[in-house]
Amino acid sequence: MYPSRFAYDAPKSLAEAIAILDRNGGEAKVLAGGQSLVPMLKLRFAAPERIVDINALPGLDYHRLDPDGTLRIGALCRHEDLEYSTILPGAFPTLAEAAALIADPIIRTRGTFVGSVCHADPQGDWAATMIALGGRIVAMGPKGRREIEMRDFVLGPFTNALAYNEIAVEAVIPAARGTARGGYLKLERRVGDFATASVAVALDMSGDTVTRAGAAMAGVGGRTIDANEAMSVLVGKTLTEESIAAAAKAVAAAADPRTDHRGDLEYKRHIVSTFVTRILTKIASTEQKAA
Amino acid sequence: MTSLYETVSPPPGDDVPTNRINLTVNGQLRTMDVEPRLLLVHLLRQGLTLTGTHTGCDTSNCGACTVLFDGRPAKSCTMLAVQADGHSVQTVEGMATSSELDPIQEGFKEEHGLQCGYCTPGMMLAAKALLERNPNPTEDDVRWALSGNLCRCTGYQNIVKAVLWAADKMRAQQN
Ligand SMILES: Cc1cc2nc3c(=O)[nH]c(=O)nc-3n(C[C@H](O)[C@H](O)[C@H](O)COP(=O)(O)OP(=O)(O)OC[C@H]3O[C@@H](n4cnc5c(N)ncnc54)[C@H](O)[C@@H]3O)c2cc1C
Ligand code: FES
Ligand code: FES
Repeated sequence: MYPSRFAYDAPKSLAEAIAILDRNGGEAKVLAGGQSLVPMLKLRFAAPERIVDINALPGLDYHRLDPDGTLRIGALCRHEDLEYSTILPGAFPTLAEAAALIADPIIRTRGTFVGSVCHADPQGDWAATMIALGGRIVAMGPKGRREIEMRDFVLGPFTNALAYNEIAVEAVIPAARGTARGGYLKLERRVGDFATASVAVALDMSGDTVTRAGAAMAGVGGRTIDANEAMSVLVGKTLTEESIAAAAKAVAAAADPRTDHRGDLEYKRHIVSTFVTRILTKIASTEQKAA
Repeated sequence: MTSLYETVSPPPGDDVPTNRINLTVNGQLRTMDVEPRLLLVHLLRQGLTLTGTHTGCDTSNCGACTVLFDGRPAKSCTMLAVQADGHSVQTVEGMATSSELDPIQEGFKEEHGLQCGYCTPGMMLAAKALLERNPNPTEDDVRWALSGNLCRCTGYQNIVKAVLWAADKMRAQQN
């Protein structure tokens, strides 16, 4: 399979990259890890006139914590950088668990966190974690910098809120107030398959009380499903069998799965409920051990 | 008409955009003009006749096209050749010297890690990347690292054994 013809630039500065996008008025596309874009070019689902490869932009391959614990992930931070990260497991367990479940190890050497969020695939794993954690995207364009909350960033399947001349330079994820707890579970038929269903859970805890509760899902709807409202039944509560069951029920009700080759609707809803229960039960037992 | 077959497509016109790239392939510096839409796997196979890099699925799934890109494994059917400008690529042809196999190649020979051999170059390069990072992998580590490479023949058992064999040999050589 061959992509259709396009021109190619690999600018060495962000300003230059933005200027090229601006000049080409919507006919140019950003190339980051290329692990979604190149397959789309080959299938000719995408046929841009120009590709702007951002891999030569300096200083975007970081992920780091601010002094207040806020996590910043640069546009060239690859999936595998997060898989092997030493800072995620304690501070952002939801992200730490998801990292190793994205695609396969070879795709993970190139694909980027920010690129995945920009791609806005309803089955993308990182977008679900971003929604559960209340993250935002930093965009740079000819008019400067703006921040877009994750809930406003994904407009629909494969559609994000960036203007044609904007580049997403960073994902920002706020620190937990109190203790960060969370998890990510994904059912896939084989390594490298997209999720049959997956669930991201992110909690802030003060002692054994939940102070903020986030959840989101991939694979169980035509878009990433925001289940933060459903999950808020946990706020102010401790994790008991009853509160966990109530959360699992609420999140499963927020899912909007369809029957397809990966399984039928009821099966997928059942997986969601099981995953929420498993993640929360594990957190509850960690809390007990800590007490 | 001098033969039954003649190429009739016109030579590319001036409007076809090409980019000049400099890349290192198996240690050798190469300079080439390529159309940006050329995939890295096609540059290697057709442009440089390094046909050890295979195309299996052409849909980013099977890993038969795996090469090392600046030392890390990458699916060359999912990269543009222009992206290799200023970078280094290693293919299976760069593994052995004229007199000696790479320990990973030896491992595949000793442990019967291949049948048809289609997946083998990709498997070996993914294994090489693993052993560079983790010289003492467990069986699970090996299975995990190779989970982006599909094999239709072996059932994986002997591939895993081959990589563990190579790890042992490489550690012994270090000591
Ligand atoms: C076999 C296979 C299996 C996969 N399995 C999974 C999976 O299980 N889970 C999962 O979540 N993903 C999966 N993926 C997708 C993978 O995670 C991609 O890496 C990711 O979706 C896109 O990130 P990228 O950096 O490769 O972006 P690219 O492919 O480079 O770009 C994707 C899109 O986002 C835009 N874009 C990228 N970066 C920016 C930016 N900084 N600013 C503005 N626009 C930008 C591009 O223009 C393009 O439209 C899989 C891919 C393959 C090939
Ligand atoms: S040919 Fe590249 S992954 Fe199968
Ligand atoms: S040996 Fe035949 S595909 Fe692996």
